[in-house]
Amino acid sequence: MEVLISTAIGFLVACGIYLMLRARTMDVVIGLTLLSYGVNLFLFASGRLVSNAAALISPDAAAYADPLPQALVLTAIVIGFGMTAFLVVLAIRAFGDLGNDHVDGKAGK
Amino acid sequence: MTLLLIVLIPLLGALLVPVAGARGRMAAALMAGALTAIALGLLLSLAPQVFAGEVLVSSWAWMADFGLYFSFRLDGLGLLFGLLILGIGLLVILYAAYYLSPKDSMSKFFAFMMLFMGAMLGVVLSENLILLLIFWELTSLTSFLLVSFWRHRADARQGARIALAITGGGGLCLLAGILLLGEIVGSYELSVVLASADLIQNHDLFAPTLILILLGAFTKSAQFPFHFWLPHAMAAPTPVSAYLHSATMVKAGVFLLARMHPALSGGDLWFYLVTTAGLVTLVFAAYVALFRHDLKGLLAYSTISQLGLITLLFGFGTPLAAVAGVFHIINHATFKASLFMAAGIIDHEAGTRDMRRLNGLFKYMPYTAVLAMVAAAAMAGVPLLNGFLSKEMFFVETLELQRFDDWAWLIPALATLAGVFAVAYSLRFIHDVFFNGEPNNLPKVPHEPPRWMKIPVEVLVTLCLLVGIFPAFTVGPLLATAASGVLQAPLPEYSLAIWHGFNLALMMSFVALVGGVLFYLSRHYLFALHARLLPGEFGAKQIFDKMIRGLLDAARWLTRLLENGSLQRYMALLVGAAVTVGLYAAAQHGAINFSMSSSSIPFNGVAIAILIGLILAGVGTVLLHRHRLPALVMLGVVGLCLSLLFVYFSAPDLALTQLSVEVVTIILLLLALHFMPQETMADSGNARRWRDAALAGGAGIGVAGLTWAVLTSPFETLSGFYLEQSVPGGGGSNVVNVILVDFRGFDTFGEITVLAIAAIGIHALLQNLVIKPNDPGRYGWASAKPPLLLEVVSRPLLPLALMVALYLMLRGHNAPGGGFIAGLVVGIALILQYLASGVEWTQARLRINYFKVIAVGLILSLLTGAASWVVGYPFMTTTFTYLYWPVVGKFEVASAMVFDLGVFLTVVGITMVILAELGKLSGPLAPRPVSNKEESR
Repeated sequence: MEVLISTAIGFLVACGIYLMLRARTMDVVIGLTLLSYGVNLFLFASGRLVSNAAALISPDAAAYADPLPQALVLTAIVIGFGMTAFLVVLAIRAFGDLGNDHVDGKAGK
Repeated sequence: MTLLLIVLIPLLGALLVPVAGARGRMAAALMAGALTAIALGLLLSLAPQVFAGEVLVSSWAWMADFGLYFSFRLDGLGLLFGLLILGIGLLVILYAAYYLSPKDSMSKFFAFMMLFMGAMLGVVLSENLILLLIFWELTSLTSFLLVSFWRHRADARQGARIALAITGGGGLCLLAGILLLGEIVGSYELSVVLASADLIQNHDLFAPTLILILLGAFTKSAQFPFHFWLPHAMAAPTPVSAYLHSATMVKAGVFLLARMHPALSGGDLWFYLVTTAGLVTLVFAAYVALFRHDLKGLLAYSTISQLGLITLLFGFGTPLAAVAGVFHIINHATFKASLFMAAGIIDHEAGTRDMRRLNGLFKYMPYTAVLAMVAAAAMAGVPLLNGFLSKEMFFVETLELQRFDDWAWLIPALATLAGVFAVAYSLRFIHDVFFNGEPNNLPKVPHEPPRWMKIPVEVLVTLCLLVGIFPAFTVGPLLATAASGVLQAPLPEYSLAIWHGFNLALMMSFVALVGGVLFYLSRHYLFALHARLLPGEFGAKQIFDKMIRGLLDAARWLTRLLENGSLQRYMALLVGAAVTVGLYAAAQHGAINFSMSSSSIPFNGVAIAILIGLILAGVGTVLLHRHRLPALVMLGVVGLCLSLLFVYFSAPDLALTQLSVEVVTIILLLLALHFMPQETMADSGNARRWRDAALAGGAGIGVAGLTWAVLTSPFETLSGFYLEQSVPGGGGSNVVNVILVDFRGFDTFGEITVLAIAAIGIHALLQNLVIKPNDPGRYGWASAKPPLLLEVVSRPLLPLALMVALYLMLRGHNAPGGGFIAGLVVGIALILQYLASGVEWTQARLRINYFKVIAVGLILSLLTGAASWVVGYPFMTTTFTYLYWPVVGKFEVASAMVFDLGVFLTVVGITMVILAELGKLSGPLAPRPVSNKEESR
């Protein structure tokens, strides 16, 4: 299973970076979102992956998933949203002011 | 403790002087003088112990792990330099009080001066070498401030810059050298280092260590080829030159040579490096001094030459030479400081320092002339003055050097030659300025300076005479203590008598005196010859300028190469660098131990399906990215797969958060798409696409490998603490939530603050936004009326959603939920109203200022945290109790829940600010698009 999870994270990162290397702001925003998914999943996986062991304290629970990476990822998701939102609005503003959506602010060919 | 005070009082003075300066110009000088006197008094109170042979050390740990201690040391050498710094400092303060013109700020000058004094004292009194270096650099910085004191003058600014570049660069070398030394010895404390000579000199790293430390010393003490900063620093006010450039700062380099003498000297490498630098500097600078027309220029080169002499003496490495070196440090400080002050008086009263115009001043200022003559005679090495004694010792040492058999005559010969030059330039200083005809077109009629301005010169000149006539009574004990401080060993036999009988050294002095007079008498031929052979400015300054220019050109070239303005290129370079470094690291440490056997997560059909879905949706997003609407749909699929994965792997809170964030994000991106082009133009060619694919693939493979390595390596976690303490310490059984609002509450508070800042930034970005007509392919959804069914269904949904949010919020401490999630749910519910019923309709009914909501949320979180202060606990300590509610049952209330409420409000506010602000732009209230015609204006 580790192989598949690693592959999935690798794919998310690769797709994200490919899009971040594109020339248009919207592609970069989408790429960044994909990349942050990959990173979040990586962080989450670093606490090891178990099923049916949510970190809810109860006398019946046999084991608990590592709660610390989960807490980190939870805030990362929310912060990631804040960042995406800011970036998107920045892209809109740049498009409004410059008349094009190239990352360098210059019109394409 | 007294030791610490001696250093701290001047540093403190840098603050007190401006305070006193507010009460008047002289108050600043008085304050500076008083503090210096106090520090001097403290130093003198410790002197008896030092004379008795004690080494005083006071130490406080600073960063003990790095070997950095706040430790000071007072031995003979430190005492001598401390006395020079404070004694001459006091005289210079008195002098400067009369020297500075009403246009110059006294407070500023004396504040810089005190800062320098404290730094310099720190250098000579440090026990810890790193501490010494810190003070060392501080002297470079304060000297920059002092040299550029008249900052309206270009030459002052340039001189300060050169001095800083050279001495600061040398300081960096010294830092490297000291670190190596500490590495060799295992301690940065001088007491240890000075006792480890054998260890240091037999170490493989001795050569680089020595060279680096010497670079520091040579740059500071203006040794060839780093000497040129000193003449340029003459643009400083003369009190600064008298203090820094004769008595103190330039002596820091030779101080270092003396300080490290027991540890580093003795070997061949030390001998050849230090004597060569000293000898070349001694002769070369003495020659150049003769041809300076500027009074201070002459003194600067003569200082360089005399520093060369001291360096040469320490280079010999013998105990007697070290005694002579210390003696010359004392003598040079006294006569050179007084000469600088005399030069300052002449400049002050005559208006110029050019010796071609200054002639015959004797009848205008006979008193000053006599003082200057005595000091200059000391510099020339005339008997009965202090300079004669140390020069005589120097000559003896050059004769006794038994290094070279056939070349044994070389160093004495060159020393005598330098003596000839010294006599000649001293003579020029006196004869050209005070005699030699009439003044030549001076800006003002010269006269004697104010009474108080002469006192410092008188004191110093008297010292020159007293030491010169009664050496054993005056300077004897101090010299002995200082020299034993240098050697850290019993002193050799030496005699301070004036008369040692007729010997070769006396002959050398005689030759120097007679030769110097002859040399000066034939100066007209020499000047002509010099002008013909070496026309114009020459030397190190030009090379330095060229190097600086080269450095700037190289920097510009590199900037152009890397920074061409294309963000795409930066991104590619960044990713490429990361991949390269990753590959390198992998190659270094061998392949990661990929073992399938350690697989601990069982294969499961559901998980496999989710992961494959995740991969396919990710790839789909990339493939579709030029058609943005379908790409966003694919992106949504990725996010949903992710939340499913969180569910499967026991992270319900994450799943809920991911789900709600995904909804908000996709709505946001769709809204954005309303303003942006719907299709991406094909910008990049095939080659670029393949390059990017390769980079992305490399990064992806790297991260995948890394993940695998992490997942298959042994696992250790610090979460045990959180799991154990969650219920007893935090009062909640949902550990993730307890971590967020309790254990790491401060982090969470920072996080929502960042979100609030992002919301404010977004608000600002959307002000006065003008949207130009979109490209023709855009979808016309803005004007379409929302479907009736959605409108009808959405209205009862709002209270339901609010109740769900409340439920999630309340149970968050014990079951999946919490402020973040509840806030997002409310946000989505509100947005649904906007979507279904239109912006106008919703705005009319929901008159909420979302910024206030954010503010209330933040304040609530902060106050909950601060409340624990009131009851005497650290910031953000939580408390909890249990309540019984009908229907709900046993129910726990923790103060962390109020904190969570703050989080909730902030998240709601932020979501609404972001989406509603953007939504407003798309509705009928939106700014009217500018038409093409208007745009073409």
